[in-house]
Amino acid sequence: MIYAGVTQSAVYFVTPAELRAAAVPGKAYRLGGMVVPGSLKWNPHALDLSFTLSDGTATVPVRHKGTPPDLFSEGRGAVVEGSWSSEGYFRASLIMAKHSEEYKAPHDKNQAGYQELIKTLKGEGQ
Amino acid sequence: MTADVGFGMTIVALVLAAYGGVVAVVGARTGRAALVESAQHAALGVFTLVTACFALLTYAFLTFDFSIRYVASNTNLGTPFYYRITGVWGALEGSIILWAWMLALYTLILIVRHREGARELYPWALATMLGILAFFLLVMSVAAPPFQRQLPVPADGRGLNPLLEDTGMITHPVALYLGFTGFTVPFAFAMAALATGRVGDTWLVLTRRWTIVAWYFLSLGLLIGGWWSYHVLGWGGYWAWDPVENAAFMPWLTGTAFLHSVMIQERRRMLKLWNIVLVILTFGLTLFGTFLTRSGVIASVHAFTQGSIGVLFLGFLALVMLTALGLVAWRWDALRSQGDLDSVVSRESAFLLNNVLLVAAAFTVFFGTVFPLLSEAVRGVKVSVGAPFFNQVNVPLFLSLIFLMGVGPLIAWRRASLENLKRNFLWPVVLGIVAAAIAFALGVRSALAALTLATTVFVAATITVDVVRATRARLRVGERLLPAIGGLLRRHNRRYGGFVVHLGILIIALGVTGSHAWSVQTETTLKRGESAELAGYRLRFEGLSAAEESNHFKVVGAFTVTNGRALGVLQPAKKFYPQEQAPIAYVDYRLGLKEDIYVVLGDFARDGSQATIKVQVNRLVSWIWIGGVVLTLGALLAILPDRRASA
Repeated sequence: MIYAGVTQSAVYFVTPAELRAAAVPGKAYRLGGMVVPGSLKWNPHALDLSFTLSDGTATVPVRHKGTPPDLFSEGRGAVVEGSWSSEGYFRASLIMAKHSEEYKAPHDKNQAGYQELIKTLKGEGQ
Repeated sequence: MTADVGFGMTIVALVLAAYGGVVAVVGARTGRAALVESAQHAALGVFTLVTACFALLTYAFLTFDFSIRYVASNTNLGTPFYYRITGVWGALEGSIILWAWMLALYTLILIVRHREGARELYPWALATMLGILAFFLLVMSVAAPPFQRQLPVPADGRGLNPLLEDTGMITHPVALYLGFTGFTVPFAFAMAALATGRVGDTWLVLTRRWTIVAWYFLSLGLLIGGWWSYHVLGWGGYWAWDPVENAAFMPWLTGTAFLHSVMIQERRRMLKLWNIVLVILTFGLTLFGTFLTRSGVIASVHAFTQGSIGVLFLGFLALVMLTALGLVAWRWDALRSQGDLDSVVSRESAFLLNNVLLVAAAFTVFFGTVFPLLSEAVRGVKVSVGAPFFNQVNVPLFLSLIFLMGVGPLIAWRRASLENLKRNFLWPVVLGIVAAAIAFALGVRSALAALTLATTVFVAATITVDVVRATRARLRVGERLLPAIGGLLRRHNRRYGGFVVHLGILIIALGVTGSHAWSVQTETTLKRGESAELAGYRLRFEGLSAAEESNHFKVVGAFTVTNGRALGVLQPAKKFYPQEQAPIAYVDYRLGLKEDIYVVLGDFARDGSQATIKVQVNRLVSWIWIGGVVLTLGALLAILPDRRASA
């Protein structure tokens, strides 16, 4: 019973490429990537936050209702929890941008930098 | 200089603890009192040295000795005096010293209290304490050395994690560690019982109060942790099923089970084996909790191999569990129960069920906590297990436990007759149902809330029935009301202390239920002069101001709060610490018995013309803290020396 409960409520961590490959609409995911510079739009009156997450190979548009958290900005990593909408974007119910002393943004656009970022995010997504 | 002295003292303490542990074992086996006495001297030496280490590190913090890496990492010239002291245990290395110091203190108290009374068990218990102390001193020497140098010496330190700049950071870790380390003493006596083969009641009687002391501190630590989370972290909650919280909650659950199961052994000679296993499990979980929180394994399975601390803890945990369970297997025959369960409807079975539920809850929490680690290690897939899982499984368990809280203390031993059941439970059951009906009539439509209310009223009524009955008996023999109640509490302090703890849990349960069922929140952006409204409250945004503090810069919002009448100004802020990448939110709130109004400042315009805030009206949360106070008072009552024997 406990095992079934855990496997049912466990939320999987995916990268934008993994989500693009096999997204089940309505299923909960944790999506981690870098906030693409220039993609961040924040409308404080409607409390609409939208941005694009990237892992270097694929990108996913994300929408969220609410204030961006303290450590959230373009060019930084973020983990969002939510589900894939059939309208073609990720609806985030929660944005996690926790503090990390070791955090380093991928300065160059090479794959190694992104892999390092994703690794860090997996740790922070706990 | 400081670094050398500190390191030297740590090494000497380690050698002394190891020596003491060995000679205590030899002394116990050969019966040579001189060796046991030598172990006592070693323990005293360890305590003195660890105290000196602690004092030295505190001195280094107070004098900004940045040549010590740990000081430089956890304080800076702007850190206020108060937080320079709490900074001593603000991170790994210092918290291990605090841990070792408490363990040494408990060892000393054990020597003072049990040197005379428990001749046979005592040397083994002392050896166990010293052995565990030696392990923590080993961690202090090799894995997390607090006195490591920093070269070149920096002009200023990095500073304490800003989230730890809170009064809760004095009391929370101290209480939690006193709880964690406190369970070492019952464990040590359990090991002594196994080693000597005297697995009867002696070790239980000796450790009864120790267990309540450890439980008291662990409960206090958990409650203060919840309060810290509520008023510092700014998400409006007090418990998130975070692995760090679970680490402290698991030994609390098994420790609570143990507190109950000892009563069965005392009265009915049952559960000898079970009690030993529960103590081993509880102590093992305190080690496991430290491993979880201190090894970095939560962030990633692969993180803990980078430092030696995770490996050390895991190795020690394995050693302790194998030794302990090996001893259990060795004494298997002696541990078999003499008593049998007579009937399912009896106090024994209520207590057994209580134990099963508590251990099931502990197992659930354990499984949910380690599942992500296992998943990552075995399948390479990163998953997270969140609150929905823990709530889904634990809420029914906890509700059943609360129900048993009403049944257990009143139902008859051995076999309860229908007459006994009716006499004790008819009115409480009726009252519980009436309470749920009234709640329904008043508009409560949450089935869970109604069920919790019915159960808590039922339990409160059983406690009232018992107290009224016992007081009446005293009144009949001519005592007056107040002295009668006072005498009752004092003479049967364990029983009535337990009742007060139960009342505290009931109050907490109502607070938790209320806050989950009825709290509301909103998020909105206001221009200066505009107001937000939520649940009858109106918050008018008056503007932003900025202030420079000794170690940070802060932006403060001003919001006038009214709900028909003026309630004052709330000032949530954002603090900017130079050593942090992002600002830290500073919550402002107004607590009330019915509800709290709780405001977090989010985004804001630099010119102060606009601010985004999150407003919450959190219902009944204060009752969690009130219940916490009641619970700890009850535990204190239960800790008082037993008067029955002398009276």
